[in-house]
Amino acid sequence: MTLDQAFTIGLSHYLVLAALLFTVGIIGIFLNRRNVIIILMSLELILLSANINFVAFSNYLQDLAGQIFTIFILTVAAAEAAIGLAILVVYFRNRHTIKVDDASRMHG
Amino acid sequence: MIGEALLFYMFAGTLILSASCVILARNPVHSVLFLILCFLNGTGLFLLLNAELLAMTLAIVYVGAVAVLFLFVVMMLDIDFQELRQGLSKYAPFSALIGLVLAAELCIVALGWKPSVHLTRTIAPQTAELTNTQMIGSVLYTDYFLAFQVAGLILLVAMIGAITLTLRFRPETRRQNPIEQMHRTPADTLTLHKIESGKGVSL
Repeated sequence: MTLDQAFTIGLSHYLVLAALLFTVGIIGIFLNRRNVIIILMSLELILLSANINFVAFSNYLQDLAGQIFTIFILTVAAAEAAIGLAILVVYFRNRHTIKVDDASRMHG
Repeated sequence: MIGEALLFYMFAGTLILSASCVILARNPVHSVLFLILCFLNGTGLFLLLNAELLAMTLAIVYVGAVAVLFLFVVMMLDIDFQELRQGLSKYAPFSALIGLVLAAELCIVALGWKPSVHLTRTIAPQTAELTNTQMIGSVLYTDYFLAFQVAGLILLVAMIGAITLTLRFRPETRRQNPIEQMHRTPADTLTLHKIESGKGVSL
């Protein structure tokens, strides 16, 4: 990649950035396997990378559909965070820990 | 052009660095604060991409609501986080391998990707004379109205679910009973005594 290409921000810059952010999110899930809070934050990072992809394509194609879908992704991510944290609070009340590897048993 | 590139690299670099800090920080409160920094940098990137409404939505909804919700939960639960960090070094090589492979694959795809001719058919084309918010509004409330309603329904279900999951009645705590309060009359609780001077009161 030449210097001129590096300083002309195009679609692939955003795609590579979103790919790196997605990877960081995936690594976060594998690395913090016991801590559900960090796993939920990693999911937020992954959704943010998807949003960056959508908006980058929306800007590239001059098409608003990508931005509309980003709004829906934001909605679903907010709902997911709220439900996930509620489940986490209930789990902590019952077990006094948030270790996920303890959650393999289904009986209450 | 060069200013935009410098802004992009600044936002992108801070985004990746703070995302790494989110997954590596020892204290989960620091993780949440780095997550907020991530979202703010995402806001900057969205502004660079001319998506002003989404940038503000990200700043307000994510930083203002979701990240603060995380902060509440992290601070509310009394969790031994040192215990949760055990085995982190055990998982580190495996997750680094997975991450390296995934990043390499995704970057190869992103750098080698070429748009096909058919991709440029626009569904909702952007025009120059309207602002970003007006354009999104004109598309969102017409073409995507059903999806918009479903999104509202999802938020309603999430709200009801979160309340139902976390609501509990504890018998040992004294709760306010509004109906009982409303039906109290002065006759139930109040008696008036005429006290003659020089004599005491016997209740």
